[in-house]
Amino acid sequence: MEEQPQDEKKSQSRRQSLETREAQDRRRTLSQTPSVTGPTDVSARGSRGSLGAPPSRGSPGLPLSQKSSGAPGSQGSLGAPGEEATEGKPMESVPQMGSQSLHHLVGFVPSDVSMPETYAPMGGSQFGPYQPMDMSSDTFQPEPLLSSSSYLEEDEGSHGPYTIDDPLFRGSYMEPSFGPLDYELPEPEPRELMIQNAKAYLLKTSVKCDLSLYEHLVNLLTKILNERPEDPLAILESMNRTVQQDWFHKKLDTLRDDPEMQPTYEMAEKQKILFLRGAGEGEQEMEEEMQLVEQQPVQKCRFWGKILGLQRNYLVAEVEFREGEEEEEEEEAEELVEGAGEGMEGRGEEEGEEDEEKDVDEPPKPTWKPPPVIPREDSRTGANKYLYFVCNEPGRPWTKLPHVTPAQIVNARKIKKFFTGHLDTPIVSYPPFPGTEASYLRAQIARISAGTQISPLGFYQFGEEEGDEEEEGGAGRDSYEENPDFEGIPVAELVDSLANWVHHTQHILPQGRCTWVNPNQKSEEEEELGEEGEKADELEEVEQEIGPPLLTPLSEDAEILQLAPWTARLSCPLCPQYSVAMIRSNLWPGAYAYAIGRKFENIYIGWGHKYSQENFNPTLPPAVQTEYVIGPETMEMADPTVEEEQALKAAQEQALAAAEEEEEDEEDEEDEDADD
Amino acid sequence: MDSESLLLSLELASGSGQGLSPDRRASLLTSLLLVKRDYRYERVLFWGRILGLVADYYIAQGLGEDQLGERKSLYSLNCMEWSLLPPATEEMAAQTAVVKGRFMGDPSHEYEHIEMQRMTEGDRTYEDEVVIQIKEESRLVSVIDQIDKAVAIIPRGALFKTPFGPVHVNRTFEGLTLADSKKLSSYFHFVEPVELKNKSLLEKADLDPSLDFMDSLEHDIPKGSWSIQMERGNALVVLRSLLWPGLTFYHAPRTKNHGYIYVGTGEKNIDLPFML
Repeated sequence: MEEQPQDEKKSQSRRQSLETREAQDRRRTLSQTPSVTGPTDVSARGSRGSLGAPPSRGSPGLPLSQKSSGAPGSQGSLGAPGEEATEGKPMESVPQMGSQSLHHLVGFVPSDVSMPETYAPMGGSQFGPYQPMDMSSDTFQPEPLLSSSSYLEEDEGSHGPYTIDDPLFRGSYMEPSFGPLDYELPEPEPRELMIQNAKAYLLKTSVKCDLSLYEHLVNLLTKILNERPEDPLAILESMNRTVQQDWFHKKLDTLRDDPEMQPTYEMAEKQKILFLRGAGEGEQEMEEEMQLVEQQPVQKCRFWGKILGLQRNYLVAEVEFREGEEEEEEEEAEELVEGAGEGMEGRGEEEGEEDEEKDVDEPPKPTWKPPPVIPREDSRTGANKYLYFVCNEPGRPWTKLPHVTPAQIVNARKIKKFFTGHLDTPIVSYPPFPGTEASYLRAQIARISAGTQISPLGFYQFGEEEGDEEEEGGAGRDSYEENPDFEGIPVAELVDSLANWVHHTQHILPQGRCTWVNPNQKSEEEEELGEEGEKADELEEVEQEIGPPLLTPLSEDAEILQLAPWTARLSCPLCPQYSVAMIRSNLWPGAYAYAIGRKFENIYIGWGHKYSQENFNPTLPPAVQTEYVIGPETMEMADPTVEEEQALKAAQEQALAAAEEEEEDEEDEEDEDADD
Repeated sequence: MDSESLLLSLELASGSGQGLSPDRRASLLTSLLLVKRDYRYERVLFWGRILGLVADYYIAQGLGEDQLGERKSLYSLNCMEWSLLPPATEEMAAQTAVVKGRFMGDPSHEYEHIEMQRMTEGDRTYEDEVVIQIKEESRLVSVIDQIDKAVAIIPRGALFKTPFGPVHVNRTFEGLTLADSKKLSSYFHFVEPVELKNKSLLEKADLDPSLDFMDSLEHDIPKGSWSIQMERGNALVVLRSLLWPGLTFYHAPRTKNHGYIYVGTGEKNIDLPFML
């Protein structure tokens, strides 16, 4: 059979879609709920057919029911007999239609209202009754189609008896023997006419979309019947809205992959790999760390914590490399630095020579010298004791953070910025931070570690073979080792007294290091240069900075404006025998430490900032530098005013006059004396 | 977060690093249920936890029929016994604005605030120092109120407004789509709208009056005071407030799970503009 030409208008497809939707439902109905919906199915189908009137549920109904019973659960099997039948169906149904045409129409109005049990959301498929193969509906009835289409095309509102004289429907699909106009149209009764008119109105499509009120109500009621909510009247509005939305935003087909969820699946797959490689249990971070451990020559690895950021978070792992492994990298870095330094110094010498040649023409050189750069601590000592790796999410590769320099720590103390989650973001602040977010992150990690890594008293002890303290200028011992005899402090005591906890990381001095370094100690090369050049010696006495020694108890921590710096709790007050002693830092919100028996651990989860009760005040810019030394030679003096000059002149004249008078007096006296 | 889905919600919100120990969770489950029955609330939300120096406050809120109506706050120190807090008033807010610092953890603790007040005696006016005692309870109440007004959020579509006035939970809320969940405009402040009336007619034309009846987060000042992140690939969207650090809102797109919890010190982050 020919298919209807594809140049159907939208109205055509609309009508088709109405019918095909119902056809699809019936398909699904049959496939899903064969047993229950037997009679209703027949009525539904019958409603669609012209044989909705009960007496006419005769022969056309029979093949339907046969089919329904024959193909309970499969669409395919339904399709097959459907296919076969469709060709024959119109043949056999039409003549019957011919005899009872309008009566059927009338009859099918009330039965129209019965809903199929399962109603699928509008598929909007392009099937049409004119495509025989796809449409497995065995109840294809051209007549309802005709009726609805005719309704739809009635614009004026004259609801008289209509003629099915629509050339569009004289499709070649119809058997030639079928003539739509072959039957007669008896006069409809007025009441039935009203019903038809009502239905016509309901079927009118709205202006905005293809949906007619009728279809929408069908959908809504079907949905309610399917879901059977508790109080349908109360949520009628919401359901109404949902159904409307469903029409426009079709629910995704379960067969189709959702592209939006792809990142989730990728992430999950990556994490699954971690789980498979590792022991199989434990946190995802732990598995991540194991991967890290395998990649790098790591001796000790610990999950340090999590720093929250604006766009992404950082997971931080504290790592200690095996001896010797890491030093290679450090040496390379140092060589690079030294090479650069030498290059600079060489250039400096050349410039000095040039200056001596042309003294006069150069503008005066500033006498300001930048403060000496405080050298970075060596790795494995002080603030650089551990190496830190960060990653954004478990499953992503770990990035190594560079060692921290004292300048970075000093600056990090002065600024307060949120982390964005990207390591290469520049930090825009005043005072300008020397580095990107990676360095800022590292500096904050160093500060947090120095301030909040604690352990129960006695867990660590000093080694016994330490040298004298005085050798290092009061820096104190900087290494510790585990105490094998540690027996654990009872949880209650850990909570009660802060003296039972000690810091086991070194405090960072205001200089930015853990061990103090005199910045004015020059290296040999610099001293030589100093003798040659014209450096003004403005060395000031720099005081040595001392911080609390290692393993000081928490009770010695300074208070923050009458606020205790630590808060200790029992994790489970209801059953103290099983609870863990937990201690929280008030200075660095997010730093926790817990201990039970012989085990303890530190962790930090937070934004990475210190707590201060005062508001943050950014550093003020320094005062304007003086251009020159202020002394009597360079001091501006005001010129004497005219009055002052005149007064001075008058005074001088008076003095002169007085002097002359005296002389005259003296001469007179001398003369008098001479006379005598 | 709803007390009915407490355990799941705590799991989802745990990315910020705040959790509850198992015994507390167990006690919360039972006690919140009892609160709901005793006070006859429609919904009980576990609002969060305010960390004090000596003890922590656990806060719950009860809602009546109207979701935007009056909310009753309750506090507890041990997750079992709950006490009702008085409603917040303007005077309380003004009075407690001067108190700074951490919460003590003792509801009867009184902060002393010294103020200079002018007193007139006869003809003379002089300034005298007056010590005002402010109870920690009122501070607690006003802080909870401030946090609610500023940063309690709800996704678009989770509540709807009926023509008669009351606001109901939308049972057919299926969750935001993935694209919507990354936008700030799909989240509303869970409070009576303030700026909605100032919108131009053009903007209002696109709004759906039954769903868009609250202020959205888009125009919050300062801009950038919310951090949106997706966790676990795209399976969970987490919003954290930078103005009140400690407030975490989570939502699993395409599902009904959403909620917010505040775990923090109860202090506003006034340094926010410097930190962005």
